[in-house]
Amino acid sequence: MTLSLLHQILDYSNRSNPYPLYEELRKTPVYREDGGPYVVSTYYEIRSLFHDPRISSDTRNRTGSAADPLGGDSHEEAALPPSFLKLDPPEHDRLRRMTNRPFGPPHSPHRVDGMRPELREIITGLIDGISDPSRFDLVEEVSYPFPVTVICRLLGVPREDEARFHVWADTLAASLDPDPDADSADRGKVANEARMQLGMYLAGLIEERRKNPGDDMLSQLATAKGEDGPMTTMELLSTAALLLIAGHETTVNLITNGMLTLLRHPDVLKRLRREPGLAVPLVEELLRYEPPVQLVPQRTTLAEIEIRGVTIPKGSPVWLVLAAGNRDPQRFKDPDRFDPDRPDVQHLGLGSGIHSCFGAPLARLETQFALSELARRLEKPRLIEDPPPYRQNAVLRGPRQLHIACDGIRP
Amino acid sequence: MGGDGTLDRLKRKGRIVVVGASLAGLRAAETLRDKGFAGSLTLVGDEPYEPYDRPPLSKGVLLGKASADRTALPRLRNVDAKWRLGVAATGLDMGARRVRLADGDEVPYDRLLIATGVRARPWPHEGEGALDGVIVLRTRDDSAALSRMLAAGPRRVLVIGAGFTGSEIASACRERGHHVTVAERAAAPLVGALGGVVGAVAAELQREHGVDLRTGVMVTALDGDAAGRVRSAQLSDGSSVRADVVIVSLGATRNTEWLYGSGLGAGPRGIACDAGCRAFDIRGIVTDDIYAAGDVARCPHPLFGYQFLTLEHWGNAVAQAEIAAHNMLSESVDRVPHMEVPSFWSSQFGINIKSVGVPSMGTEILITQGSLESRRFVGVYGYQGRVIGAVGFDSARWLPFYQEQIEAAAPFPPEFSTVDRRTDGQRPVDADFPDPSVPTHGPTVTLSGYAPDDRRMTFVPAH
Amino acid sequence: MVRIAVDLNRCQGYAQCAFLAPETFAMHGEEALLYNPEVDEAHREKLLQAAAACPVQAILVDAVDVPAKAVSGGR
Ligand SMILES: Cc1cc2nc3c(=O)[nH]c(=O)nc-3n(C[C@H](O)[C@H](O)[C@H](O)COP(=O)(O)OP(=O)(O)OC[C@H]3O[C@@H](n4cnc5c(N)ncnc54)[C@H](O)[C@@H]3O)c2cc1C
Ligand code: HEM
Ligand code: SF4
Repeated sequence: MTLSLLHQILDYSNRSNPYPLYEELRKTPVYREDGGPYVVSTYYEIRSLFHDPRISSDTRNRTGSAADPLGGDSHEEAALPPSFLKLDPPEHDRLRRMTNRPFGPPHSPHRVDGMRPELREIITGLIDGISDPSRFDLVEEVSYPFPVTVICRLLGVPREDEARFHVWADTLAASLDPDPDADSADRGKVANEARMQLGMYLAGLIEERRKNPGDDMLSQLATAKGEDGPMTTMELLSTAALLLIAGHETTVNLITNGMLTLLRHPDVLKRLRREPGLAVPLVEELLRYEPPVQLVPQRTTLAEIEIRGVTIPKGSPVWLVLAAGNRDPQRFKDPDRFDPDRPDVQHLGLGSGIHSCFGAPLARLETQFALSELARRLEKPRLIEDPPPYRQNAVLRGPRQLHIACDGIRP
Repeated sequence: MGGDGTLDRLKRKGRIVVVGASLAGLRAAETLRDKGFAGSLTLVGDEPYEPYDRPPLSKGVLLGKASADRTALPRLRNVDAKWRLGVAATGLDMGARRVRLADGDEVPYDRLLIATGVRARPWPHEGEGALDGVIVLRTRDDSAALSRMLAAGPRRVLVIGAGFTGSEIASACRERGHHVTVAERAAAPLVGALGGVVGAVAAELQREHGVDLRTGVMVTALDGDAAGRVRSAQLSDGSSVRADVVIVSLGATRNTEWLYGSGLGAGPRGIACDAGCRAFDIRGIVTDDIYAAGDVARCPHPLFGYQFLTLEHWGNAVAQAEIAAHNMLSESVDRVPHMEVPSFWSSQFGINIKSVGVPSMGTEILITQGSLESRRFVGVYGYQGRVIGAVGFDSARWLPFYQEQIEAAAPFPPEFSTVDRRTDGQRPVDADFPDPSVPTHGPTVTLSGYAPDDRRMTFVPAH
Repeated sequence: MVRIAVDLNRCQGYAQCAFLAPETFAMHGEEALLYNPEVDEAHREKLLQAAAACPVQAILVDAVDVPAKAVSGGR
């Protein structure tokens, strides 16, 4: 039996290169398989839907059989209320504004910019510590620990506890994966359990931060006195969990995808070594070319929407396939070419509209630092395995390991 | 001209003159070079400065985030032009194709672009307007002078007129801690552009921020002291207001006087042109060598019933400059109309106000998202059953959707539900414009397609 | 000096610029952007980072540094 297009996209054997399937998908800009979600894959349509107020991020708006199409969602409310990722205005706006207060402008304009020295120090330490330059796993030694250390410091979560919440974060990230073959009820239960544990862990931490506030974000969120008042404890827990998971499961893939792409484009790698400033446009192109969030599966129509001649009924689940839109030849010339000099890279990699990525400035800086330092310091780096083994997840896509060999580490 | 080489000659060694060296003039010059124009290019501007950006003059500059003499526009490419700055154009000879300059020079052209914009309408009483402390805000010199006046720590500032510029000035003055009175003839600020429903929100914003807002009144006279400094103003309600700085913000006058008598269709309402920015002469015949762009141009807009619109919007100046430059160098079939949906922004009292379309053409308004009380909302304007404009307060990320609605002539009132639709968004109400300019019922034009290259104008004749 | 202008019609207040180059860009309230249109050479690198990060590419940066020669009067 041949698999349907959607099954092929979600099928693990296609993980290392889903792009030909996306090309196929784009032939039907609004694609649907029997009773499944409406899958949108062309650039302009995705961008338009991101700004469409008839689309909700709250999956509780799904109706009928679509209410819980692929499992997971309905279980989590039991553990923690939905985070602002899955809420609509006005709650979304209020929670995001409150979370932003200790993080970014207008109230904390220097926080992320001020982390530059710390980011440099952390990445330097990790590269210094590479155990065996002749063969090492970039994911384990750099791409994973880097953003995790950063998000822990930012939030004020002890790095020592990492082993504990690593498992929860992975489980929760996996629950985002709309794998049609997995037993959804089962996975929902496991995810719920992980959320519960993570919630309990964070609750303890927040309790402590309330008593002994530091200058980390958790302390500031726990003691906030902005115009919106403080968050409730439950809101705070959901928000902290969201930040911790987002900080765990995304940037790791951007860094790894980045190094993989560079090793496949040695000329660009060589240029980056000479001009570290190239990292800036390069990361934007990378977010287009190999976006860590391949698709956004949690939108629901609040009204009938007509797009490209297809009428999507009210209450339907909609998937926005960012990675397909990013390679839409209608928008990007020669889309399958990795070109850090590409002008006007308005990619969809970090979303758009009111839910556009909250951690974007941090993710950008982290990846710029990581790639420019790796390019500068690794001597003659080579891929040991191409393609590398990928994670199961089709939504948060990236290599599970990236084995690299090099001749040494420059100071 | 089709294919006889005229165009090619123009591109290689023609002479293009741009009068008005500001936003529209500069962007047109850059576009001309971008499109391969290799001939001689002259920019004439009466201000002695290279092109600079005006929006910061009433915002960042007054807040000390920028300085008045440092808002020069970035150069997006080399324009390799002859700059005639500090000298005004004083006349046009359409027959001989020459522009006369104030210094007696004449500049010949093959194509002329007029981008002379507008100037602030001065206080109608000349003697009062000349008092020390009375000022308008249009140029960088005005802004520098106003900054100096504010730096001197005036006890009381009076702003006459609560349009966008007046309101922005009032906002900046409050933020700096000055005592501010705003006098507005209409019932609320911003009423002319956004109507009374949204104007009421603007009024609350001003009052909450400590502005002494007087609406429904006119300033009838300004009084000075013996030294010629302004001291107070008299209002039509019989009261008087003390003020050591008075900012006159009563709108703008088009810079077209220099064209009177030339035979070009230029008057106090601007320069009439076709949708491709070609200027009309006074006989109503379109010229083929004279174009207009920016605040001074009056163009029919296909999406708005071909009404002649003059838009004092930054984005309009850029869009028209590009269109005019393109069309100057194109055969007639390759010319493009100006069909961009107008858009505008203003920031005041910490709120980002943006609009798309032409709200002032609307007769009704519906709050589709958020609420007026929260100061975070989207209001949609309807006209004859279709969406014609939208305004957002701190809601910029939703406006692209409403722009698409306007382009598609979507029905008004919108029936669909949206995120954050509140009870006050159930039924449209009178948008409450003081004097709705009601155009006649005409054909409807819509835009279709998303990608820039497959955007099409679709014409739906009136029945 | 580097000259910039922001096309605030395009800008949607994503604040990427204000995060990455706070000496040049600042949010005024939640969504309104204020910026310094003439940026010191010392901040050029961060300015370019900000311009690259803007999701709607609204930040216009000088592409040439030849200032206009102000030919006034004479030809
Ligand atoms: C304080 C202020 C704040 C603003 N804020 C906003 C905003 O927030 N959003 C928005 O969308 N728009 C705003 N605008 C409007 C925007 O700046 C204008 O739409 C834009 O400047 C129009 O550009 P232009 O080139 O058509 O005209 P102008 O900028 O007016 O330029 C015309 C130029 O031509 C010159 N000139 C006139 N007559 C002659 C002559 N006879 N010979 C030679 N030169 C001549 C003038 O001196 C001037 O330099 C603001 C304007 C001001 C003044
Ligand atoms: C390269 C790394 C990253 C990528 C590709 C990425 C991608 C995305 C995308 C596509 C969205 C939009 C989701 C939607 O529209 O439903 C999003 C939202 C979000 N991201 Fe990121 N992200 C990254 C890193 C981070 C980091 C490091 C953090 C935390 C510090 C973070 C926090 C968030 C949050 C909180 C949201 C929800 C925003 C909202 O709903 O308003 N992200 N991210
Ligand atoms: S990054 Fe771009 S969209 Fe965001 S505030 Fe800055 S200019 Fe505006």
